[in-house]
Amino acid sequence: MTIVSVKNLEKLYGDFTAVDNISFDIERGEVFGFLGPNGAGKTSTINMMIGLSRPTGGSITIDGMDGIKDIKKVQGIIGVIPDENNLYGEMDGFENLCFCASLYGMAKEEREKRAVELLEQFDLTKAGERPFRAYSKGMKRKLTIAAGIIHDPKILFLDEPTTGIDVESARDIRGLILDLKKQGKTIFITTHYLEEAERICDLISFIVKGRIVKIGRVSELMENIEREHKVKLLLNENVNTIKGELENHFSDLKIEIPDGGSCLITSNERLPLFPVLQFLENRGITVYEAREVKPSLEEVFVRITGAQSKRGEVGYR
Amino acid sequence: MKTLIAFWNILKKDINNYYLKPPNISWGIILPLSWALMQLIRSSGNIEIIELLPGLMAMSILFGTTSMLAVTITFERRGHSFDRLLLAPIGLGTLVFAKLSGAIMFGMVNAFVPVVFAAFLTDLGGINWPIIIITVFLIALTSALIGLFIAVSAKEVFEAQTFSNFFRFPMLFLCGLFIPIAELPGVVKPLSFALPLTYGTDILNGMITGSSIFSTVSNILIMIAFAAALFYLCLRNISKKWIL
Repeated sequence: MTIVSVKNLEKLYGDFTAVDNISFDIERGEVFGFLGPNGAGKTSTINMMIGLSRPTGGSITIDGMDGIKDIKKVQGIIGVIPDENNLYGEMDGFENLCFCASLYGMAKEEREKRAVELLEQFDLTKAGERPFRAYSKGMKRKLTIAAGIIHDPKILFLDEPTTGIDVESARDIRGLILDLKKQGKTIFITTHYLEEAERICDLISFIVKGRIVKIGRVSELMENIEREHKVKLLLNENVNTIKGELENHFSDLKIEIPDGGSCLITSNERLPLFPVLQFLENRGITVYEAREVKPSLEEVFVRITGAQSKRGEVGYR
Repeated sequence: MKTLIAFWNILKKDINNYYLKPPNISWGIILPLSWALMQLIRSSGNIEIIELLPGLMAMSILFGTTSMLAVTITFERRGHSFDRLLLAPIGLGTLVFAKLSGAIMFGMVNAFVPVVFAAFLTDLGGINWPIIIITVFLIALTSALIGLFIAVSAKEVFEAQTFSNFFRFPMLFLCGLFIPIAELPGVVKPLSFALPLTYGTDILNGMITGSSIFSTVSNILIMIAFAAALFYLCLRNISKKWIL
């Protein structure tokens, strides 16, 4: 059942088109990943969906409500976790959560109970009495997420939830997002970490220069690339010297030598491994390990966006 | 009920986070005191405390409300915590009124600091205090709305402070706080009558010293009209500039 439907959404800032006629649907309980390099239009899209920006054109329907005209009603059922930790520095964790709950009209007892629960769930009970400004980046991020779900929203919007925090905190936050998914929340997440999207999302959309260039389930997106079979061989010595010989002998295989101690073999058919191993053994090369290489979402992204993205703009963690 | 809970908590948060901070409390006390001392020394004792009181009250409200609201809103917008308020399921009018209420209360408390000091030095009997309280509220409301108007235009805290001063200091001289409007040059008089503080100060002057230009009812009605127009302008600007 569709809970979010975006049709022909457009945002212009003067002559600049930030979001160019995009459309997508999100099913209830799904995690929708919105991926793209910096400046691709991710935050502009999220801002229009949460009511911080007005679309120039198109429509947004959220849980059967008009996401533009009835935005104040929509805001009651959505939770927003922005890319910046925007809680109040002088207030402690508990006060921040209670204040955020009060904005949704929650009564005092109810909001205090919920704040205590969330501090416990996010492992911040001890820090609950400390001012927010004294928190570490990871703790700030966790409390910002807790504030976004204090009113138990149906749909969550997360803008770059793990950007700028340490690896351990990022892992914790990914775990928390997966827990929310298990609870049946619909989640819209923007990120430029492809590995993160691969782990968390059901559906992924790639946006480049304001346009959606590809949208699909993670498995569908990888299907084309998965048609290729790739095996990495770990060797006892450098095979650069016999690369030409290998290519001549196995003309239907693609041979790459990424570093001295390994060899990457790609085939369009199921890979006939034994002849390769025998070939190498006859030349005194020992194969320690043969490992199947699964394609990553990064490869999908690079293939889809091609020259449109610059390397390094999309992160890999 | 839900709107009321949100309204009250925004107001409470602003009072605790901004208005009850020691620098702001001391500002509310020191500014009118030092201004009163300056006037008394300058006049070599030829001026009565009661004559200074309307101007001091109006100045305390003006400086308290305009600067606080402009600075706190710009500060919250800069740190994006204001987005939390814009994302709450409450109307823009409720949000704006909650933010204004803190500044109005701060301005009203500031207004009565000089009154407390004056009560020790002169006789304040016979003054119509209910009208004074209504006037103080209206001055605080219009000044807070001017502060909000500034906040909508400013992106940085220093810009908000600069814009505030651009409005406030000329108002000290143009609105009859310490220089009677009748003594102002003819060319600036129309400017005086275009400012809401002129009408508030006129009521205070009438109630405290017995001299005023317009009737109290006219002044109150003009101030209400100013407040309505400023509220409408602020809402329109916020909707235009903050929800892009």
